[in-house]
Parts: sequence; structure tokens; C-alpha cells
Amino acid sequence: MKKILLAAAASVALLTAPAMAGDIRFDGFPDFNSHLDKLIPSYAAKHPDTKITYQMNDHGDHHKKLTTNLATGSGAGDVVVVDVSFIGSFINAGGFENLSGSEYGADALEAGFVGYAWNQGKGSDGNQYGIPIDIGPGVMYYRRDVLESVGGGIDGVITDWDSYIEYGKKLKEKKVFLIADAADVAKTIVLTTVKNGDGYYFDKDGNSLITSERFVKAFEIAKRIRDEGLDGQIGAWTNEWYDGFKKGTVATQLSGAWLLGHLQNWMAPDTKGKWGVSNLPNGIFGSWGGSFLAIPKQAKNKKEAWEFIKYLTSTEEAQVAGLKNIGAFPVLKATYTDAAFDEPLEFLAGQKARQLFAQVAQKVPAVAPRKGDLIAEDVVLNGALAEVLNDGKDIMAALKDAEALVKRRVK
Amino acid sequence: MSTALDQLNNAEDVAIVRTSNRKWRARKKQFMPWLFISPYLALFLLFTLFPLLFTVYLSFHAWNPVAGLANMEFVGFNNYAQELTSPWFWKAVYNTVWLAVTTGIPQHVIAIPIAYLLVTAFKGTLRHFYTATMFVPFITSTVAVSLIFYSIYSGNTGILNQWLLALSGVPVIGALFAWVPDAMPIRWLSKSDLIKPSIAFVVIWKYTGFNIVIYSAGFLTVSKDLYDAAKVDGCNAWQQFWHVALPMIRPFIFFALTLTIIGNLQLFEEPFVLTSGDSGGVAQSGLTISYYLYLIGWEWLEMGAAAAVSLLLFIIIAAATSLHFYFNGKKGLEGNR
Repeated sequence: MKKILLAAAASVALLTAPAMAGDIRFDGFPDFNSHLDKLIPSYAAKHPDTKITYQMNDHGDHHKKLTTNLATGSGAGDVVVVDVSFIGSFINAGGFENLSGSEYGADALEAGFVGYAWNQGKGSDGNQYGIPIDIGPGVMYYRRDVLESVGGGIDGVITDWDSYIEYGKKLKEKKVFLIADAADVAKTIVLTTVKNGDGYYFDKDGNSLITSERFVKAFEIAKRIRDEGLDGQIGAWTNEWYDGFKKGTVATQLSGAWLLGHLQNWMAPDTKGKWGVSNLPNGIFGSWGGSFLAIPKQAKNKKEAWEFIKYLTSTEEAQVAGLKNIGAFPVLKATYTDAAFDEPLEFLAGQKARQLFAQVAQKVPAVAPRKGDLIAEDVVLNGALAEVLNDGKDIMAALKDAEALVKRRVK
Repeated sequence: MSTALDQLNNAEDVAIVRTSNRKWRARKKQFMPWLFISPYLALFLLFTLFPLLFTVYLSFHAWNPVAGLANMEFVGFNNYAQELTSPWFWKAVYNTVWLAVTTGIPQHVIAIPIAYLLVTAFKGTLRHFYTATMFVPFITSTVAVSLIFYSIYSGNTGILNQWLLALSGVPVIGALFAWVPDAMPIRWLSKSDLIKPSIAFVVIWKYTGFNIVIYSAGFLTVSKDLYDAAKVDGCNAWQQFWHVALPMIRPFIFFALTLTIIGNLQLFEEPFVLTSGDSGGVAQSGLTISYYLYLIGWEWLEMGAAAAVSLLLFIIIAAATSLHFYFNGKKGLEGNR
């Protein structure tokens, strides 16, 4: 009996034992694990007191788990990844450590980082809650072989949206789609042409911008592409989408630097050498995705967590390793002079694309996320846009309906 | 040497001990059943009753879960008022009812004759084989099924459109499909008027097999004597089905309908996957109530409003099942004789 009691007591103790000093857990989603597998050993060699483990869930589940952890105040790791689409709603809710505080001193790091990404990690109180670890500078991927078949250079295509649409009309004669989904064009314009000081959907004082010129123009251009029959009406991350990349039936795709890794690793590895990247049409600069690291208030070993975050985000070693390990584009400006950036990329027919990515990264305007962005995105960029493009709903009517819906919920 | 008084006292003591023993035993007897069901009870209280009550509590609060438990704000009936006047909520109610009816009725209209045929025309192993085959869609993961159908419905490369095109080229029946080449590509999942029928087909395909199993079991309970008696009275095959078999399986129909009503009103996975989880599909035509409450709670992080919607859904389901019990319950529950 005594033995059983002892065993029970021991297992209870094991379950409830406080984490050993120096142990930290990193909560994230793949492919961060591939990155960590390579980095942790070298970090551990220099920090023998810190033992790092990680817990990976897929992208959606990770953020649901994190939501539950923050709601209940328990179960989160010491370092957590937050995707840029969630960062606005997460950092202003009070669940994360203020990294601008004196015990962290994050503000001293600011100068080294790409400006827009750093600003996205700021709360509405001006303090830093998330430190960017990777970014997705926006570019246009295009099929070189398709472009050659109609003649002309890529610069003639991206001059403005009119020239882009002209290119599409030439492609149509060859039965090639200009782009998989015209909605991408509207989303790109909406998210990249934000006026200084405005948010994506709301201005400084929280007034809605949803019926403003930016949205109307974006929707109009997308509608032109759709009505001319220039897009494939193909949703992202579907078999049809990959098929278009493989067969060259889709000529361009607007996306982040990270798409390159997906294209060459599994989406269309056989199309090596047929691709190129360029700036986005009409001289705009934007970004697709990006991740941040934060420390939950409930974390047990905040000091060690902060040290590890600093290592991952602000050392050239870790940032360049991210690029090499998982194609995560560095956010640390000092890395852009690294030799890796001068490497010609075979998949892009020898183009030194990383330099382009780096240039784009430094030109992306900073837009601070705001409360209500998640709702507005669903209602406007998923809801209203689809109605305009697929059902032919009037643009202004769709935007007004969307605005009314958003206003009801965001006060 | 004890006195008589002592003896008396002793006797009293013994009696007291005896009664307390008896009381203890009686109490133990009362207590034992509770002890035996306590594992279930603990789980029920923790995982059913508590979340239920917490949902009610939550529905009167505004709560962004990311802000932690401490940051709940009491808002009275605001969440209910907000949802009951929200256009998306009513779209979701309409879609849910539309899907419940258009998928509910065919499930039974198809399942009953098939089950009857299986039971009357096939014997033993062969019947089990066919029943099992038709049950497979039901036990297959809904997400996997929906993903496959997503590819089937695809506008440019989907097999459904390819079939329709092929059919339009077949000599005789081709005339029926003459409209197909002009309509191509048909975008089953990105035109608002096609989304609901496309979802409905998947739901019917998936759940009919389940009803076939219920109804097969039902028809098997009908005694052979009744058919024989009906034959003697001059019933033909149709009359045997309509006047003998069908009335006898009334309780099974009642049971299967109840499950269908509850299940269909909670429809989530099929519309969610088929619309890529994208705010309910074009013009929210695939947005069901469960889907909507998921959006509110997990995408928009308004758990209070999501709790309110889930309770509204509960009320709708309760009302629908009550109506069903009111109109069909007497015949359905009275037993089968």
C-alpha cells in the first residue's frame, strides 16, 4: 500500500512539478520544428542551463490552442509564435509580456529590424509585444516561358494595372489565365495602398474606411479582370491551384517570398528554371504573411525565453539559418548583405531574387493592426469581394452592406 | 456483579449500537448506488453540466478569450439582441433550415425503399454486404469526404463537369444535356445559388446509408406471418409494403427522423470544408448556424456572442424536435402494435 501511495505521490509530483529553472518550451507550427532542430543544439552549447523543447500544431490549431491558453491563463509555452493575421487581436488583449519594459528592453533592438514588421508587433499603447522573426515581402511570380510566348518584357507588364490587364488579354488568346483568382488583385491593392497613419479598415479614430476610394478602386480592377475572363477563378491551396503552376496555365501569382519554397519543394518542382519574380504591378509594395514571437504573461521562465527570442530574431546566425533551413525570409536588415543574398536561384532561372525580396521588404509601408481587423477581413475581403466578383453585386452596395455589418460588431 | 440497572443500561447501549449499525447499513445501502455511478457523475458534471451552465453565463457577457477569464464584461441581453438583428444570423438560420429540409426528406425517401428491398430480396451475407457498403459513407471522415467532393465539384478540372460534358455528347440522352457546353465551366461551389444544392448532395450521400441500416433493422422486426396473412387477403407486393411493412416500422421512422432533425440542424463540417472555411461561401449561402458561431467565436474572438448563438441554436433544435414529437410522437412512440 505504501508503495502504491508513494508511486501515486511521485506521479502527482511529476505532473505538477514546476518547470526546472531554465527550461523553456517553444509553441509554434511547422516548419519551425525543422528550423529549431538545427538551431537548438548550437544554442544549447552556449547556454548549458537552458533546455529548450517545442510543441508544434498545424497553423490553425496552434492559434486555437493559444487562444484557449490565454483564456484560461495556463498551458502556453514560454515562447509562442503568432501569425501576422492574429497579431492585432492578440497583442492588444493583455495576455503577453510588454517587451518594451525595462526587464526586456526590446526597443533597443528596433533599428536592426525591417520597419513595417517591427511596427506590426506594437500594441495600440505603443509598446512592443511581438518581435518579428520572419516576413513575406510581396512579389509577383511569373512564368518566363509564357511571357516569351506573347513577347515583351516583364517591366512592360507591371507598369500599372492597365498594362497588367493588357497582358492578360494577350494570354487569353493562348488560353492561359493571367492569374488564378482575380480576388488576389483586389486584396493586394487594398492591403498595400493604405494611407500613412490609417489602418487597413479603420482610420486613427476608429472610423471605417471600407467605402473609401481604396476599396472601390481595388474592387473595380479585380472585377475588370473577372469580367474579361482573365482569371481562372481558382482558389488558393487547392489541387487546381497547384495544377496551374505545374502546367503553366496560370501566368502570374502575387504572393510572399515564402511561396518560392513551396513551389520548388512540392507544388511544381518540375518547372525549375521557368519562373521569375518581379515587383508587384503599379509600383506597390506589400507583404504576405510573417510571424512574431511573444512571451505569454503566464510563462514560467521569461528571462530565458527572452534570451532565446533575441537569439532567434536579432542574430544574423539564426536569421540566415532560417532562410536556409525553411526559407523563412529574414527580418534582420544586417543579414541582407550576407553572401546567401547574392546566390543565383536555379528555380528562378538564375535570378538573384533574394536581393529583390530584401529591397521590397525595406519599402513596405507600416500599417498598424487594429481591433476589428479580423472581422473586417472576413466581411469585406472574403464576403463582399466574392459577391462582387462571383454574383455581380454592385461594388458600392456590397461595400456599404459590409460596412454596416462591421460597424455593428466593432465598437 | 452488575445490578439490574446496569444490565438495563447495557441492554440500552447494545440497542443503541445495533440501531446505529442498522442506520449505517441503511445509509450505506443508499449511498452505494451513488458510489457506483460516481465516475459517470463526475464526468457528466465536469464535461457536460458545467460547460452548459458556463455557456449560459457566457452568453450574457462580452468576452475576448485572448484577454483571459478576468476580462469578462457583463452586457445583459446585448449579445442576443445583436445576433437576432444580424443579417448573417438570419442568413444562417435560413440556410440551416433549407439544408435540413432538402437533405432530410430525401435521406428517408431513398433509405426506406432500399432497406425494404434489402430485407425482402436479399438473404444473409449478401444483404449484410450491401448494407455495409451503403454504411461506409457514414463512417468515413466528413472532412475527407468533403475534400474529395471539393475536387469533384471543381469548375475547371472537376470530374462532375467532365461527366456532364461527356453526357452531352452521347447520342440519345445528349439532347437532355445540350445546355451543358454553354454553361461550362459550372462553378458548383463559387456561385451563390449552386452552393446549397452542392452541399445538400454530399449530406444526402453521406447519411442515407445510416438510415438504411436503421430501416433494415426495422423491416426485419416485421413478422413473416403478417405478410402471409396479407397475401391470403389478396394484397399485392405494393400493398404489402404500404399497408403492412410501413406502418409496422413507425417507431423506427420516428427515431430516424429525430436523429435527422437534430443532426441536420447542427450541420457544420460539410459546408465548412466545401466553402474552404471562407465566411460561409459566396454571399454566405453555405453559412449554417454552427458554422456562424464558429466564425464568431474562433475567427472574430467574440466568445460571448458565440455562446448566445449556440443557445439560440439549442432553442431552434428544441423547438423543431418538440414539433416533431407533438405531431408524430403519439404514433411513433406508442410501440409497434
